[in-house]
Amino acid sequence: MMLQEHVVSLILFFPLLGAVIIALLPHDQKKLIRWFAFFWSLVPLALASWLWLHLEVGGGYQFVERAEWFPQIGAAYAVGVDGLSMPLVFLTALLVPLALLVSFSIEDRVKAYFALFLFLEVGVIGVFVSLDLLLFFLFWEIGLIPMYFLIHIWGGHNRNYASFKFFVYTMTGSLLMLLAIQIIGLTQHTFDLVLLTERGPFSRVGTLGLPIATETLKRLAFWAFTLAFAIKVPVWPFHTWLPDAHTEAPTAGSMLLAGVLLKLGAYGFFRLVLPFFPQEAAYYAPILVVLGLLGLVFGSLSALGQWDFKRLVAYSSVGHMGFVIMGVAVAALAQVGKIDPLTASLATGGAVLQMFTHGISSAAMFALVGVLYERAHTRDLHRFGGIWTVMPVYGSILLFATMASLGLPGLAGFVSEFMVMRGVWPVFTGVAALAILGLILTAAYLLWMLQRVLHGPVNETWRHLPEMKLREVVAVAPLLFLMLLTGVWPGWIMNTINAAVVRLLGL
Amino acid sequence: MMQFPFVSAIIFVPFFAALLILVMPRERKAEIKVIAAVAAFISLVLALWVFIAYDRAAGGYQFEEQMAWLPSIGSSYHVGVTGMSAPLLLLGGLLLFSAVLISWNIEDRTREFFAFLLLIGVGVFGSFAMLDIFMLLLFYELVLFPIYLLIAYWGWKPLRTYGAMKLTLYLFGGSMLSLLGVLMIYFASGQHSFDMLVLQQVPFTPEFQRAWFLPTFVGFAVLASIWPLYAWSPDGYAAAPTGVSILHAGVLKNVGAFTAFRVGVLLLPEGAKFWMPYLAFFMAAGLIYAAFIALVRTDMKYIIGFASVSHMGIVLLGFASMNAIGWSGAVLQMFAHGMIAALSFAIVGMVYDRTHTRQIGDLGGMAKPLSWAALGFIVASFASMGMPGFLGFIAEVQVFMGLWKAVELAWWYPYLAIISVLGIIGTAAYMLRFIRFVFFGELKEAYAKIPPVSALDKVVIALLSLILIIGGLFPTTVTTLVQSGVSSALTLLGGA
Repeated sequence: MMLQEHVVSLILFFPLLGAVIIALLPHDQKKLIRWFAFFWSLVPLALASWLWLHLEVGGGYQFVERAEWFPQIGAAYAVGVDGLSMPLVFLTALLVPLALLVSFSIEDRVKAYFALFLFLEVGVIGVFVSLDLLLFFLFWEIGLIPMYFLIHIWGGHNRNYASFKFFVYTMTGSLLMLLAIQIIGLTQHTFDLVLLTERGPFSRVGTLGLPIATETLKRLAFWAFTLAFAIKVPVWPFHTWLPDAHTEAPTAGSMLLAGVLLKLGAYGFFRLVLPFFPQEAAYYAPILVVLGLLGLVFGSLSALGQWDFKRLVAYSSVGHMGFVIMGVAVAALAQVGKIDPLTASLATGGAVLQMFTHGISSAAMFALVGVLYERAHTRDLHRFGGIWTVMPVYGSILLFATMASLGLPGLAGFVSEFMVMRGVWPVFTGVAALAILGLILTAAYLLWMLQRVLHGPVNETWRHLPEMKLREVVAVAPLLFLMLLTGVWPGWIMNTINAAVVRLLGL
Repeated sequence: MMQFPFVSAIIFVPFFAALLILVMPRERKAEIKVIAAVAAFISLVLALWVFIAYDRAAGGYQFEEQMAWLPSIGSSYHVGVTGMSAPLLLLGGLLLFSAVLISWNIEDRTREFFAFLLLIGVGVFGSFAMLDIFMLLLFYELVLFPIYLLIAYWGWKPLRTYGAMKLTLYLFGGSMLSLLGVLMIYFASGQHSFDMLVLQQVPFTPEFQRAWFLPTFVGFAVLASIWPLYAWSPDGYAAAPTGVSILHAGVLKNVGAFTAFRVGVLLLPEGAKFWMPYLAFFMAAGLIYAAFIALVRTDMKYIIGFASVSHMGIVLLGFASMNAIGWSGAVLQMFAHGMIAALSFAIVGMVYDRTHTRQIGDLGGMAKPLSWAALGFIVASFASMGMPGFLGFIAEVQVFMGLWKAVELAWWYPYLAIISVLGIIGTAAYMLRFIRFVFFGELKEAYAKIPPVSALDKVVIALLSLILIIGGLFPTTVTTLVQSGVSSALTLLGGA
């Protein structure tokens, strides 16, 4: 059947078609553009859900499509999904319609905004489904364009600086990766990701005749990939672009940035760095785990020092992604067989799950920050207080999302963070112990934030703030549902992830 | 059966149109413009036909035409197309047509302006298609004279005398240098022929090749703005009227690079293998240096001028890699750079015509009144920073792969590739800076009422942008052709 053979391509290019159609709609039809973009983005979501239901658990790459693209250098159009990419594709397809709902309040250049948003979806999903290194790079870079403009045009007052920093920072990392990709392509005569993963990206390095030892070359390529992904995650100390970008980005932009764009980097670690460079990754795993820890601790400490609501949430992303990095470090050791299978699969599965849970909780948090900002036009935590009495629905939703982010048992964040901690503990006991400190700090800044926003005496200025609209509640409701579902029954997603992890690590 | 002389038609249709224009009464401006546009369009269609009809499987020289011209010195009128020159002919056609459309508002001495513009086209087509070096030099020099006049008479007043003089002297000096090399090749060959196909078969001694490669190659490469002999380029472009900047940056530089390659590298391969590893340093220096100069300039035309110097660094590095993938990347980069430079200069011209300032600090918010210009410039920017999905990426990725592979020639090539990345990052930085200052931010009160982009300008923007995107998404449309040209060039070199 047509659909089954091309479902991945459909998910990938449907938003692109939507962007083109939006570009052709008349300027002044703002309402039409908004609703069209929203309904259009539901189609990839439906397709992604269908895809997940039909995905064979533990079956490796499925729904693979191949076509000729750039045969002169051996690159092809090859896409497909497996248990690792499926949750992330679904997450992206889910967050885009929600972010579009949140964006209905955008009044300036509506057409360009919604078209760029759908274009962004193409770039992100493209990275997750690419099975060809050069295609991967194409989508990796192309996603930068819409994000740059979303921040640059619809951002806050310091948007020039933030968007520029975001772009150049990311591009620097990825150009080094491109050089590494080129060496691989030249020596192996293929960019096929499946093939390269099977036989190792440097199995035929002799043919290039570089005057440096193969081992050195491998190490250089390892660092090139690692740096590119570390900037994107971001791993401490490469995170400085993130708070700026988040602070300036429009609400929906932040939702996608934290929700899925950061996951691109983490995905790169699992998809490329670990399988391509098992020895190097294992060797440098101790450094990686420490960087993850520092990200968690310093990210949380910085969040504790923020008076800007949005910046606080942005720094919390740095902290939460620290868990993912610690999981990656354990997975790197597990790959070379240094760790018992249970610990390995817990840490790795936890890290992958953390990508998903952080995706939903951070997107919800940014959406909620946006809700308040739209009403008060300030994000200064000095000036809030007692919002709960003014907006009770908002208060309870914010409390719920914060608790999920904080890792309260029964909600999503707890499952993944617990799994990572349990996995890191036997391997890097000291790091795990210090990570507890990070968890305490996380609880501290989140509770402190709640207190500043929701509790205390009501600031009279905000006495008449309107309650959350139905549209805004609908935009976060699916996320809240997933937090609860994953918290009480993680099995719905862990089956897929675990099977993929077992395959990935060869347990 | 006599085949229709496609290549000659491409070259001479603009020539006869130029003659026709010169004998027309000067006040019939509308007719003059239409004739120029039709002539350029005919050349474009014919070049497109050559591009499509070129037999990619057979490769080699096709659409050949030859007749005696000056047998006493062994020179003949000999034209032909390879997979490497076919895209360049198409580029020439595209940009000549674009330049004519962009110059539609020239009201001062219209007749002479369009005649000279078409003459540049003649020189460009001739230089790409000639297989006889003597004739090649003739067409090469033919370009200089209309360019000088166009800049000196229709250019930007404060700079035009200086810019025109500087550009012409530089390029003239360069071509004299190469003429010396060409004459040495002619005499040393003992074949009494200027035909490149003949000369390619001559086994020059390695000593001779090493001695004469440098003047021959560098002389032509001046026109490709090889560092440090690039200084004519930003000044010249700043002084030139928009249509001339488009043609000069978009195709003339490619004439320089392509001729340097055909005469320098293909005739003297041993010399090229010896010198290229050293020249590569200058090329990489140009790529990086010009990118960072562009980052601090505030005049729009200077920024684009330096950008063009930087991009030609990539072209030259591709040739310097001396392998198939690098050469193919170089040809594609010429094609891509031509589009990018033309698109950027055209848009700078549109902004300048409406605001009468080129200082990026005085502009801002142009995306609102000139949304087409903003879109076109954004496409040009992403293509020029090698963003995947645009033609520039297809070119750059091949040039860089060529550099990795060139390690067989000298060990430092991969390191040049690594540091050249700095130039690409610089490109991203200056292009974003340009976009931000010119197209975004607050629109000045004084510019609130400027007219939108005209229909003809929209045609140019759409045409060039679409080619940059389609070529990037479906690289095989261009790469198969270039590949066949490159492999025949390599066989001429004995599989170098």
